[in-house]
Amino acid sequence: MIKQKLVLIGNGMAGVRAVEEVLKINPENFEITIFGTEPYPNYNRIQLSKVLQGGTSVSDITLNEWEWYEDNKIRFYPGESVTSINTKTQSVSTDKGRIESYDQLIIATGSNPFMLPLPGADKEGVKAFRNIKDCEEMIEYSKRYKKAAVIGGGLLGLEAARGLLNLGMEVDVIHIYDYLMERQLDRTAGKLLQVELEKQGMNFILQKNTAEITGRKHVTGLKFSDGSKIKADLVVMAVGIKPNVALAQEAGIPVNRGIIVNDYLETEIPNVFAVGECAEHRGIAYGLVAPLYQQGQVLAKRLCGIRDEGYQGSVLSTQLKVSGVDVFSAGKINEDESTKVYKTYDDWNGVYKKVLIENGKIAGAVLFGDTKDGNKLFNFIKNESRIEEYLESSQSVISEVNTVADMSDDELICGCNGVTKGSIVEAIKANGLTTVDQVKGCTNASRSCGGCKSLVSDLLACTLGDQYQADQKEAICGCTTLSRDEVLAEIREKGLTHIREVMNVLEWKTDGCSKCKPALNYYLGMIDPLKYQDEKEARYVNERMHANIQKDGTYSVVPRMYGGVTTSEDLRKIADVADKYKVGMIKVTGGQRIDLLGVYKEDLPKIWAELDMPSGSAYSKGLRTVKTCVGESYCRFGTQDSIGMGIRLEKKFEGLNTPHKVKMAVSACPRNCAESGIKDVGIVGVEGAWEMYVGGNGGTHLREADLLFKFKDGDDLVEMIGAFLQYYRESAKYLERTSAWVDRLGLEHIREVLSDELMVKEFNNRINEALSVVQDPWNEAIHNKNLLRDLYQTVKI
Amino acid sequence: MIIEEELELMEKTMRSVFIGEVADLPQKLGKTVTIGNKEIAVFKTENGDIRAIENRCPHKGGVLAEGILSGDYVFCPMHDWKISITDGKVQAPDVGCVQTYPVEVKEDRVYILIHEKVGGEGNCSTPLAKGV
Ligand SMILES: Cc1cc2nc3c(=O)[nH]c(=O)nc-3n(C[C@H](O)[C@H](O)[C@H](O)COP(=O)(O)OP(=O)(O)OC[C@H]3O[C@@H](n4cnc5c(N)ncnc54)[C@H](O)[C@@H]3O)c2cc1C
Ligand code: SF4
Ligand code: FES
Repeated sequence: MIKQKLVLIGNGMAGVRAVEEVLKINPENFEITIFGTEPYPNYNRIQLSKVLQGGTSVSDITLNEWEWYEDNKIRFYPGESVTSINTKTQSVSTDKGRIESYDQLIIATGSNPFMLPLPGADKEGVKAFRNIKDCEEMIEYSKRYKKAAVIGGGLLGLEAARGLLNLGMEVDVIHIYDYLMERQLDRTAGKLLQVELEKQGMNFILQKNTAEITGRKHVTGLKFSDGSKIKADLVVMAVGIKPNVALAQEAGIPVNRGIIVNDYLETEIPNVFAVGECAEHRGIAYGLVAPLYQQGQVLAKRLCGIRDEGYQGSVLSTQLKVSGVDVFSAGKINEDESTKVYKTYDDWNGVYKKVLIENGKIAGAVLFGDTKDGNKLFNFIKNESRIEEYLESSQSVISEVNTVADMSDDELICGCNGVTKGSIVEAIKANGLTTVDQVKGCTNASRSCGGCKSLVSDLLACTLGDQYQADQKEAICGCTTLSRDEVLAEIREKGLTHIREVMNVLEWKTDGCSKCKPALNYYLGMIDPLKYQDEKEARYVNERMHANIQKDGTYSVVPRMYGGVTTSEDLRKIADVADKYKVGMIKVTGGQRIDLLGVYKEDLPKIWAELDMPSGSAYSKGLRTVKTCVGESYCRFGTQDSIGMGIRLEKKFEGLNTPHKVKMAVSACPRNCAESGIKDVGIVGVEGAWEMYVGGNGGTHLREADLLFKFKDGDDLVEMIGAFLQYYRESAKYLERTSAWVDRLGLEHIREVLSDELMVKEFNNRINEALSVVQDPWNEAIHNKNLLRDLYQTVKI
Repeated sequence: MIIEEELELMEKTMRSVFIGEVADLPQKLGKTVTIGNKEIAVFKTENGDIRAIENRCPHKGGVLAEGILSGDYVFCPMHDWKISITDGKVQAPDVGCVQTYPVEVKEDRVYILIHEKVGGEGNCSTPLAKGV
C-alpha cells in the first residue's frame, strides 16, 4: 500500500497530540513530516510556568524526546518554519527553501501573544510569555534587574508574576479590570485571589490603562492614561493571545478569528485541517489544552477514516498554577436573569464556593480556597446534572470523605488529557502498573499540567490495595535487601524469635543499625506479643529509658493523666516532686499533660517512685494521649460524654506498641475542641452517634483525618478502634504514621477490610492479646534492680 | 630509640582507673562513667569487648552512652551520627572523631586508662560545634 503523506505545520501541543493519536490508530498508513519553528522536540508549554517558578528545568518538560520522532519514522524539521501553503499543488514551502508535498495537511500553528500596540512596545525589555525562549530570557533578566511589571492580571500574567517573584524580582501587576482573572472568576473570587497573592508579595495596580512604555532603547517604566507612572526594567505583556492564522490567510483558507473548521476539524479547503489554538470551531478558538487534545483525537479518527459524531465543543475548566492558591472555575461563571446560584462564603477561612444553576441544571462553578469539589462539579457541569444531585452528594457521608474510591468510573481524573477513572483503573489492572509514571506513560493521565498526580497515585493505592506496598519493594534499611513484607514473611515462616537470629538467618550485611534494629524489635513483638522478649538495646533511647531525652542529655517526665483529667492531689504531688528535684521547667503539653523538663537520668527512678503515677508514654511509639474536650459534663454544646470516652480509650490502649506514635482525641460536637480532625484516631460525638475519623496528623505533614465509620453505640466504636489499630500494627511499616499508611492503602480499602465483622473480631482478639502483657514501664523500672543498674545508674569517680 | 623513650614517658603519665566489674556493665548498651571532669561512655559489645569513648557526639553533643549499639558502632541518639567505638571515627557522610580511651580487664575488673594531665589526650581533635 502506498503511504499517504501527512504534513504537520507546528510542533506544538495540539498538532503532535493529533499525530500521536494517528500513530495509535494506524501507524503504518502515513509518512509523517513535522515542521516546527522552535528548535526543540515537542514540549509541554503549560509547564513553562513551573520552569519560571523554579524547581523544573526545560529538559523536564519535554513530551516526546528526539528518539520518539526516529522511532516512529517521522521526518522532523526543528527550527524550520513553513512560509507558504499552495493548496492547488498540495505543497508547503519553508524558510530553508524546502518544498514538501502533502496528501493531508494539518495546520497547528498555535497562537501569538497579543502585544498591546503601545508607544514603546518595541523597546528592549518588553517580553511575552509564550515559549522556552521567553522563559529563558526572563530568567536572564532577573539576574540583572530588580523591577518587573506584568501587564495583564489573567492566568498567564499571574503565573508569570509568581515566577518573577520567585526569581527575586519585585513585581507589579497591572490590570485593566477591578478584579483578577475576570474571564474565569467572579468579583468575589477575584478579590479573594488578590488578597492571597498580595500576601505572597505581588503588588497590584488595578483599573489602569497603560498608555506608554517609557525608556530610550531599554524600558525604564510605564506611564498610565491618568498620567501616573511606575518604574520597571522588565515588562511582560500577558493580555491575551491571537490565533496564528497568517499562513492560512495568505493561502486563501477561510479565517475568522481563527481558521474556520467544522466538527471534523476540516477547513473549507479539501485535505487541509486545522487543530489547536489556531482553529476556530463553532465560533470559539480555545486557549487551553484539554479541548485541543479532544480535537486532536477527533482529527486522528477523521484522518484514519473512522467516522464518529465529531467534535462537539468543550466545557472549559481552569486552575491557576500558583502554589498556595487554590482556584477552580468551570463552565458559566457570571449570573444573569436566567440563572440562580448556590453560594457559600466563609470570609474567615477565605473559602468561597459558587455553583451556577440554569433551568435547575448545574452550568458552572467557581471555587476558591478549597477546590477539592472541582473535579466532581466539572463532571456535573458536563453531564448537565441537577443541582440536587450535587447538594445530596455533598451531604452524604461518602462524599465528605472525598476519595477517588467514591468517584464513578466515567468521572474525569485528568482533565487535560480526558482520562477517566475507569480507563486508569483498567490500565493499572491490565498492564500491572504500579507507579504514577507508568500510568502516565500508559494513559497520558497527568502528562500535562500535572494537577491530577495525587489523584492518580490515590487511584493506584486503592486499586492495588495491599499490593501497592508489596510492589514498591523497598529494603528496610541498608543492612539488607529484603523489604518489610519479606522480612515479616520469613520471621513467620521460620519462626524466628529474636533480632540476632533474624539478622543471621536472613544474612544481614552488618550488625544492624539504628533503623533495622528498632524495626525488627517491633515486628517480632507484634508477631508474637506473648512470647517475645523485648530487646531494650534495640530501642531508641526515649523508649528504652521511658522518658524523653533533651538536647543537653537531661530527660523529661510526663505522668499519665487519663483524658487530660487530673486531681488536686496529683497536682500537689507533681509540684512537690518538681520542687524536690529542681526540675528545669513545668510545662503543659499540647496533648493535655504536664511535662517536667530537665531531669537527670539518675533521678528518673526516684521521681517516678515519688510521683507514684503511671507513665504518660509521651516518648513511645504507641498510644500517647487521648485528648478530650469538656463535652456533655459542662459544655453547652456537648452531645456526648467525651471525657468518659477518652478515659475509656486511654485505659484500654495504653502501653500498646505501634509502628509509630498514635494520638487520639474525643470531641463531643463538631466544634472539635479536642482537635479530633488531626489525630490518628479522632472521635467526634454528634447527637446520638460517634463519628470515627482516622489518619489525621498535625505534624510535619499536616493531614486531615478521614471519616471512617459512624456508630450509635460506644462499645461498637471501641471495638472498631481496636480493629483499626491492630490492622495498622500488622500492615504498616515501622515508623509509618497512620496518615501515610491510610494514604498508601487507601481509605476505601481499609473500610472494606474493617467492614468484615469476622475480621474485626479477629483483630480485636489479637490486640487484646498484645494488651494483656502490657505493664507500666515506670513501675517495672523502679522494681527491677537489674534494669535500675543497667539503665539509670552512672559511675562517678 | 626515641620512640621507646616516648612510650615510656606516656606510660608514666597514664592512670588506670577502676570502674567496676565486667558483670556490672550492661550487655550491648552503654554506661555513663564520670572520672573527674571527663564523661566517658563505656560499652560492652555483643561479643563481650569493652570500649570507652568520650560521651559527647562531635555533632551537637549528643550523649553517646544512650545510643543504639551495633557491632563496633554506636548511633548517636540525637541525630543518628554513626561513630566507631574502636577508633572514635565518625562514619561518612559525616566527619569528625571522638576521643577513645584504652580499656584493661584484669580478673574481671575493668580499668580505663586516662592521662594524668587535663586535656592531655591526643587521638582526636574535633572541636564541638559552636553553641554546645
Ligand atoms: C506559560 C503558559 C502557561 C499555560 N498554562 C496552561 C494551563 O495551565 N492549562 C492549559 O490548558 N493551557 C495552558 N496554556 C495554554 C496551552 O499551552 C496552549 O493552549 C497549547 O499549547 C496550544 O497548543 P497548540 O498546539 O495549538 O499551540 P502551540 O503549543 O503553541 O504550538 C504551536 C507551534 O507551532 C509552531 N509554529 C507556528 N507557526 C509555524 C510555522 N509557520 N511553521 C512551523 N511551525 C510553526 C510554533 O512555534 C509552536 O511551537 C499555557 C500557555 C502558556 C504559554
Ligand atoms: S467540642 Fe463541642 S462539646 Fe466539646 S467542648 Fe467543644 S463545643 Fe463543647
Ligand atoms: S549530636 Fe550526635 S548526631 Fe547530632
